[in-house]
Amino acid sequence: MNETPLYDRPEIYFAAAAFLLAVGIFGLIRRRTLIGMLISGELIFSAATLNVMAFNRFRAPDPAVGQIFVLFIMGLAAAEVGIALSIIIAVYRNYRSVKTKELSELNG
Amino acid sequence: MKAFPASEIIVSAIFILCLATTGLGALIAALSVRIIRSVCGLAICCIGLAGLYYFLHSPFLALMEILIYVGAVCVTIVFAIMLAEPDEQPQPDRHGANILWGGIALTVSVALLWGLWRLSCEADFTSPPNLMTDGSIRAIGISLLTTYSLAFELISLVLFVAILGALAIARTGRTKP
Repeated sequence: MNETPLYDRPEIYFAAAAFLLAVGIFGLIRRRTLIGMLISGELIFSAATLNVMAFNRFRAPDPAVGQIFVLFIMGLAAAEVGIALSIIIAVYRNYRSVKTKELSELNG
Repeated sequence: MKAFPASEIIVSAIFILCLATTGLGALIAALSVRIIRSVCGLAICCIGLAGLYYFLHSPFLALMEILIYVGAVCVTIVFAIMLAEPDEQPQPDRHGANILWGGIALTVSVALLWGLWRLSCEADFTSPPNLMTDGSIRAIGISLLTTYSLAFELISLVLFVAILGALAIARTGRTKP
C-alpha cells in the first residue's frame, strides 16, 4: 500500500482531467444541438482547468500562478458562453431551430 | 502522530465523493437526451470540481468555480434553453449513421482517455525544490496587482466587449417581423 494518501497523488487528478476531456470530446461529436455542444465545450474547459491546477499544486514553483491562470480561463469561458448563447438566440430567431443539421445556409 | 486515526479515511472518502460527483456530472452532461438534464449534469460536475480544487489547496478557486460556473454559466444556459427549446428528438430513421457517429465519438474519446491516462501514470515530472509563495489569497492578490495586472485589465476588457457583443447580436433579430 502506498503511503501517500489518495488526494495527494497527482495521477488521480490527471486521470480525472483526461476523463473530463474524453467525455467532453464525446459529447461534442455526439450532440446534435448547439447548446449541447456548448455544454460539452464547458466540460473540456473544466478538464483544462483541472489539469492546470493539478500541475500547479504538485509541480510548480509558484502556486499562485496556476490559480491566476485558471481564473483567467474561467473569465474567458464566461465571455465565450455569453457570446455563444447570444449567437444561438439569434440563430433560433432566424431558423426556428438550433439543430446543427438544419443550419446549412449562410446569408450576409 | 495523528490525533484522530480515522480522519485520513474520512478525508479520503470525501475526496472519492468529489471525484465521483465530477465524473457522474460529466456523464450526465454528455449523455442525457433532455438538454435541461445536461445542464444540471454540468452544474453537478462543477460542484464536484470545486471540491477537487479544495483538495488542490485552492479554496479561492473552489469558491470561484461555484460562483462562475454554477451561479452564472449554468443559469445563462438555462435562460437560453427557455428561449430556444433545443430538445433533441431521437431519429429512428437514420439508425446506421447514429451508430457510426457514436462509434467514431467513442473511439476518439477512449483513445484520448487511454493515451492521457498512460502519459499521466508513466511520466516522471520533477517536483520543484522550494516554493516561492504559499499560494494563499494574499499571494494571488499581490500577483494579480503586480505581475499580471495587464492581463487582469485585458480580461476585464474582454468581458466588457463580450457583454456589448452579446447585447448587439441578440438585439438585431428583434426588430425583424
